[in-house]
Amino acid sequence: MRIPILKLKDYLLVSIQVELDDQTVLTFQEDLLNKIKDTGAKGVVIDLTSVDMIDSFIAKVLGDVIVMTSLMGTKAVLTGIQPAVAITLIELGITLENVHTALDLEQGISILSQYLEG
Amino acid sequence: MTEPIVININNEFDIVLARQKGREVSKDLQFGGVDQARITTAISELARNIYLYAGTGQITINVLEENGRRGIQISAFDEGPGISDVRMVLQDGFSTSGGLGAGLPGVKRLMDTFDIDTMPGAGTRITITKWAR
Repeated sequence: MRIPILKLKDYLLVSIQVELDDQTVLTFQEDLLNKIKDTGAKGVVIDLTSVDMIDSFIAKVLGDVIVMTSLMGTKAVLTGIQPAVAITLIELGITLENVHTALDLEQGISILSQYLEG
Repeated sequence: MTEPIVININNEFDIVLARQKGREVSKDLQFGGVDQARITTAISELARNIYLYAGTGQITINVLEENGRRGIQISAFDEGPGISDVRMVLQDGFSTSGGLGAGLPGVKRLMDTFDIDTMPGAGTRITITKWAR
């Protein structure tokens, strides 16, 4: 299963709407980095509105992909983390430090454009 | 009494299957959304531990009824290497997998009860429960 990555102007938009197994999330990590290289995107929004569970593995891969994105010189934002997901992540002991987040897709894009356009 | 649901864990896709079953059962038991997320996350962590440390094992999901209360009990069983220092793996921040799993303290916090039965060389059984409120 592949997670679609859409390009909109200088941004890549990803909405995760599938049940995440390990392989899907690892493939996504590679696909996203390749797509950044191919498109020269300046910003990435990964929307998690439809994701009802994030375990420690998925959290680690998502956190890693954000750091990898930034290594490539692109800024990424996670959006739409559901209340239940935020609660379980913290109870699990996962804080996703140094990861930029926003309430929803719209705010994610506005954070990116503020950052990129100053 | 409902029949227990047994999920054999042999590969990473079985981890997804186990948590989907957990989600179904916790929905049926009318757990709230946050508790459903806690339960599925806890199952995912235990199934991953089986896959990472023992290779294969089983997740069993049971429905509990006690004094009119209903709950879910999940048991994770493997015949892997076992754990020599249980106290250490129950400490926050301890991991032997390089940070892959959040570890057992996280699972413990997500659930109402947490029991572990393990011996080096004799496998591990972890049983967790959550009661519907």
